[in-house]
Amino acid sequence: MSRFEFYGPGLPAIETGELKGTLIAIEGADGVGRSTHIGLLKQWFENAGHAVLDTGMTRSALAGKGLEAATEGNTLGPIAMSLFYATDFADRLENEIIPALRAGFVVLTDRYIYSLMARAIVRGAEPQWINGVFQFALKPDIVLYLRADVEQLVRRVVQTTGFNYWECGMDLHLGEDMYESFLEYQTRLRKVFDDMSGDYGFHVIDAAASIDDVGDEIKNCLEPLFASSLGA
Amino acid sequence: MSAGPKQFPGRLFIVEGIDGSGKSTQLALLQTWLESEGYGTYFSEWNSSPLVRNVTRRGKKKRMLTPMTFSLIHATDFADRSERHIVPPLKAGAIVLADRYAYTAFARDVARGVNPHWVRNLYRFAVTPTIGFYFRISVDEAVKRIVGGRDAISYYEAGMDRTHLDDIEESFRVFQQSVIDEYDRMVDEFGLVVIDASQSIEDQQEQMRAAVTLALNGARKMDART
Repeated sequence: MSRFEFYGPGLPAIETGELKGTLIAIEGADGVGRSTHIGLLKQWFENAGHAVLDTGMTRSALAGKGLEAATEGNTLGPIAMSLFYATDFADRLENEIIPALRAGFVVLTDRYIYSLMARAIVRGAEPQWINGVFQFALKPDIVLYLRADVEQLVRRVVQTTGFNYWECGMDLHLGEDMYESFLEYQTRLRKVFDDMSGDYGFHVIDAAASIDDVGDEIKNCLEPLFASSLGA
Repeated sequence: MSAGPKQFPGRLFIVEGIDGSGKSTQLALLQTWLESEGYGTYFSEWNSSPLVRNVTRRGKKKRMLTPMTFSLIHATDFADRSERHIVPPLKAGAIVLADRYAYTAFARDVARGVNPHWVRNLYRFAVTPTIGFYFRISVDEAVKRIVGGRDAISYYEAGMDRTHLDDIEESFRVFQQSVIDEYDRMVDEFGLVVIDASQSIEDQQEQMRAAVTLALNGARKMDART
């Protein structure tokens, strides 16, 4: 009996019994510290002798270029955009994540289907519909949700990348400028994430704490998955 | 599919059937007739979103598509068509004519092993057509019409990713037969109007126009384009 299962009918011709690795999803808004903690975790796992694939919502070989054009030109409607992201995700799931799990890797994914569903829902998609679309996804072993106040996100974003069109939800026309729009958009996203949290069993981690404290809490959540193989 | 066409002043007529069934010819004749009757028509076809089509084309050429990504990329293309070329003209009162619709995905994707309930949910945003015509033809007859025609049979249309047969024509026969089986199952499920595509072009067109005429009651006419 396999540890892994799909959320729904799953992918044709994929035998979950062949998947041996561990799938860890890290979710949370931009500026919440996801990449910092993924970097730290990667090192921690590798020190303990695990092979790690760290993957993110970078672009797939199939749909990457098309998505880039779509986000730059802002030319697709919200339903098409959601499905384009789903295509991109499916390509990475089948060609990156599943092969790594088959080979026994620890897969750290920077965001997973939850971000994609939340973006769609905030843009008016019926939750039941978009949840149904992503039923082909594998259930991760654990979902870590780094949760922060919107004010905290603002502080991190202005000090790093600055405001960007999509992270501000500018396509939704929510405010008179990027700052106003960011506040409203991120507040709505957070609400959707909070609603999903129970349904999908997220481990909620307060991202307001120091990097060390957040890191320790993440490790505490992960240790039961690796009872025999990770040192304290 | 959830949204009904009744909430829009326009009408939506769609044609379905395997390659070689003659559905595109019939739809073009229907369009000419509707225009001559004074209706504003809008034509929309499968794989026509400019941005998405390039990804689909490349994925097919490089054979990168799995049943799941094949299904999702076509749904993306369809969503763009729907949001851009189907819903707005229907709201404006046009007669929208679609060459292939969600049923194409229900038939093909399921023939490729995708779960039928999943793919039906995927297209839930699609407007239910006023009439869906299904041009039914045997595989043998379709092959006769296609071979030597404008396009050679393609890898995915022949379902070679699914059948794993080396001979493209043999693969086409096997795969399209299962597509036909799926279409046949959908006739009752979605109330498709079946047209026997082995009849003469004229007879088929007459049957199509008769069905469309009944559904045009109350539809808007538009001034001719100037």
